[in-house]
Amino acid sequence: MDKTPGIRPRPTLWRQLDATSRAAFPATCTALMLLVTSFPLGIPGQAEWQPAAALACVFFWSLFRPNSMPPAVVFAIGLLADLLGLSPVGASIIVLLTVHGLAVRWRRVLVRQGFVVVWLAFVGVAAGAALLQWALTCALTMRLFSPAPALFQWALTAGLYPALAMLFTRAHRSLANPEQA
Amino acid sequence: MIRLSIPVRQALSRLTLPVLIAVAFGVMLLGKADAVLTERVRMALADALAPIFGIISEPIARVHDTVADAGDLLTVRSENTRLREENDRLRQWQAVAMALDAENTSLKANLHWIPDPAPSYVTARVVADAGGVYARAVLLSTGPNRAITKGQIALDERGLVGRVTEVGTRSARVLLITDINSRIPVTLENTRSRAMLVGTNNARPRLMFWPEGSMPAEGERVVTSSEANAFPSGLPIGVVHYTASNVPEVEPFARLDRLEVVRIFDYGLTGIQPPESPNRLVADRKR
Repeated sequence: MDKTPGIRPRPTLWRQLDATSRAAFPATCTALMLLVTSFPLGIPGQAEWQPAAALACVFFWSLFRPNSMPPAVVFAIGLLADLLGLSPVGASIIVLLTVHGLAVRWRRVLVRQGFVVVWLAFVGVAAGAALLQWALTCALTMRLFSPAPALFQWALTAGLYPALAMLFTRAHRSLANPEQA
Repeated sequence: MIRLSIPVRQALSRLTLPVLIAVAFGVMLLGKADAVLTERVRMALADALAPIFGIISEPIARVHDTVADAGDLLTVRSENTRLREENDRLRQWQAVAMALDAENTSLKANLHWIPDPAPSYVTARVVADAGGVYARAVLLSTGPNRAITKGQIALDERGLVGRVTEVGTRSARVLLITDINSRIPVTLENTRSRAMLVGTNNARPRLMFWPEGSMPAEGERVVTSSEANAFPSGLPIGVVHYTASNVPEVEPFARLDRLEVVRIFDYGLTGIQPPESPNRLVADRKR
């Protein structure tokens, strides 16, 4: 079914490849960020960078290009994050799927708002996500962890979002836009 | 592709998220119930990613080194003075060490001392920080067919790093001494009393269970103890440091926050294995 009628170039193989890779950009980019942040960079708070990056990526793309960040992809990203670290398998999946669900649900309202409102919404979501991750990890390992890492993770996630969002907004209009293929 | 009517398609797309969340809970339960499976999947992923990590690590390490070099250039003068002083001090220690070594050799010869077997070791590069927010571990790229087994001991150039907990075909995971699951029998070097070193996920693990009457002293060296046959005795771990709330912790010698290369030693010890799934113990007993 053609949703947007009009004149357009023929769908050659090259064009289809181009469109596919543009559509796959958000997922690929997120997976790559997971790998890069797990490299021992010797930066302070290294462990918290990975969940922070995953959360910001999933939230941004779920909000602005949900077709390129479907639930199945979010599930795969969560599984990758869990298997890369030693956290109980499934915790990140649930956290990221919840964030994705919230972003998609609030989409209609948030997309029309300016950057600051979106960021504030994200700060709230990140607080919930850090808390949920902490609670799930405590429950699954049957051990009470100090909430300090969760707090730090929240602060880092909130601080990382503007930088990532700036890059992603550019990508969103150019690299990751299948319509430009 | 199957053609579905628009309402059915919409309903299906709305169902995807709840179904996937349910599946995630399923994965969580499965991971909890079958720890061996989780471990196997983790190591398979680590094995598959080890070459990719190797490729990524090259440029990152290059940038890291360049930045470090630039920093060194600025402090080269003061660093040189410091090193010269340290060298003088170390030369005195070298004389002392050589005298003690000679004395030790002659005493051992007189006592018919059975020497400890020299351990074999392999050196491996740390390619990833594999712990996450609530655990402390690193992933090593070991190359195919290396004889690394669980329970072997990892040291960097300064001191104890941790123990190998998971082994794949070309990667291995080392649980650091700072991890919350890490328990290491130690000896306090001044009093020779035993204690346990308990990881807390913080930079400094905590000392516990020292015998009554021999409090660990601030600055005292802590080494491994051969109790429980899990470690050889005398591997350097760190020095005692008291926190503000008067809890003795150990400042590790090993630079756990910037590990690059570690040596994996095989002491042939068969004592307590590092923390792992309960299922494996059952399998071992059956054999």
